[in-house]
Amino acid sequence: MNLSVNIAGVTWKNPVTVASGTFGSGLEYGQFVDLSKLGAVTTKGVANVPWPGNPTPRVAETYGGMMNAIGLQNPGIDVFCKRDIPYLKDAGATIVVNVCGKSQEDYVEVVERLGDEPIDMMEINVSCPNVKEGGIAFGQNPDALYEITKAVKAKAKQPIIMKLSPNVTDITEMARAAEAGGADAVSLINTLTGMKIDVERQKFVIANKTGGVSGPAIHPIAVRMVYQVANAVNIPIIGMGGIRTAEDALEFIMAGATAVSVGTANFNNPYTTMEVIAGIEDYMRRHNVEDINDLIGIVK
Amino acid sequence: MAIRRVCAEVISQKSIGTGIFDMVLSVGEIAKDAVPGQFVAVYSNNGSKLLPRPISICGIDKENETLRIVYRVTGEGTGTEEFSGYSAGTKVYVMGPLGNGYTLKDKKAIVIGGGIGIPPMLELAKQLDCEKTVVLGYRDETFLDEEFAAVAPVYMSSDFGTVGVKGTVIDAIKEYGVEGDIIYACGPMPMLRALKAYAEENGMEAYISLEERMACGVGACLGCVVKTKEVDHHTHVNNTRICTEGPVFDAREVEI
Repeated sequence: MNLSVNIAGVTWKNPVTVASGTFGSGLEYGQFVDLSKLGAVTTKGVANVPWPGNPTPRVAETYGGMMNAIGLQNPGIDVFCKRDIPYLKDAGATIVVNVCGKSQEDYVEVVERLGDEPIDMMEINVSCPNVKEGGIAFGQNPDALYEITKAVKAKAKQPIIMKLSPNVTDITEMARAAEAGGADAVSLINTLTGMKIDVERQKFVIANKTGGVSGPAIHPIAVRMVYQVANAVNIPIIGMGGIRTAEDALEFIMAGATAVSVGTANFNNPYTTMEVIAGIEDYMRRHNVEDINDLIGIVK
Repeated sequence: MAIRRVCAEVISQKSIGTGIFDMVLSVGEIAKDAVPGQFVAVYSNNGSKLLPRPISICGIDKENETLRIVYRVTGEGTGTEEFSGYSAGTKVYVMGPLGNGYTLKDKKAIVIGGGIGIPPMLELAKQLDCEKTVVLGYRDETFLDEEFAAVAPVYMSSDFGTVGVKGTVIDAIKEYGVEGDIIYACGPMPMLRALKAYAEENGMEAYISLEERMACGVGACLGCVVKTKEVDHHTHVNNTRICTEGPVFDAREVEI
């Protein structure tokens, strides 16, 4: 039985990674999960310099999910290269580094800096809804997305995944722009912008007023978007949004994703990734599927 | 010290005040590693509630591998309301022990709890093997005060003067002339801010336990941070993770 998948020339031993921001740089979850058993570890976004993030409260529970506005707090690329990459390498992980920035120059600086690091891929976060500059500004305009993809690709030594925002009218337009800019893969969806009000206190629950909604509540929206994008581009897709079980993950794969990311569910159960992988194996056994790749996009 | 996530079993539960519940959980090895001031993440059995509820540890029984939690029901339809309906035998997932807990020092101590910040101070008051005084601040109705009285002298304050001094825990400290060299505290943010200032004015050490909305509970998501005076060793910015580096901080190190 083959669970391994190939994404832009990089082999993952199975199709399951984690959604950026839900797993730190692996250290915190390394006590629950053998990181080498994941398809890949996708790190929390890293910028050229340390970012302090947003004021608190930064998180809130919502029905069937949660909302966050962390604001991409990160220690900066220097510490990341010195501390986090060696840890992941020692743990035997396939490494996808999520990159964030405020300007095109910021992104390119980080991408160049990572060029000689022992990482496998980069995911470019052009879809964070919680920062004022950069982030989603690049992900909501196809021309800007095309330009930044091209700029990043010109300097990147590792394959580039562009992470797309669902907060657009037509996500296929964005996926096509990323593909045209030279992206090796796309990942989707980032969180959906939401708002929650504490009616007793008559205040926003999250200090940032708005936050990104994730979790099982958004799963059907994400599956639909992956299906649409799979029919619009020829590059591999990493699907995510509300995966809690193997069935949730298989929906993405059958809709056209080559791999999937477990996000919010890590907070509910740190063993979710391992349970999803085991569940996919079990499904393949039950349905006599020899190769996971045979399930990609099987539902037309 | 390992963090574990286990399927715990409720041993007993009772109400000890209006909306205040006292639950004992069989948690296996989590109890063996726990220290006063740490907390556990308690997961709802309702699939629509994904995030664990961080609840402080009120009592540790290493021999029987149980933890006692005393918590407030925060409203209708909430996770804590669900927990309050559990009875002996109910299974519930628990992760812990989480956070750093208090460092017990051999100095004349004032142990201070306010509101639902009172429960974690009980195990601390029991374990502190030194001269100690307890100060408890309530809105009106008291809980756990008799158990504190069994281990140390107790002074109280309440918002409406129903018990002890009418006012804050600082009013009680002044009124009763409570003295000490070190403060250990947990309670609402205004109380902790006042105690930070009080400790600074009086040249005392103060260790305060903070609360913030959390998601992962293990330091990965950076949801629960507090501003710090110095650049934090882990985050490399001026804030630190309450769930991991805290919840107990030297009051001088946090900007609250």
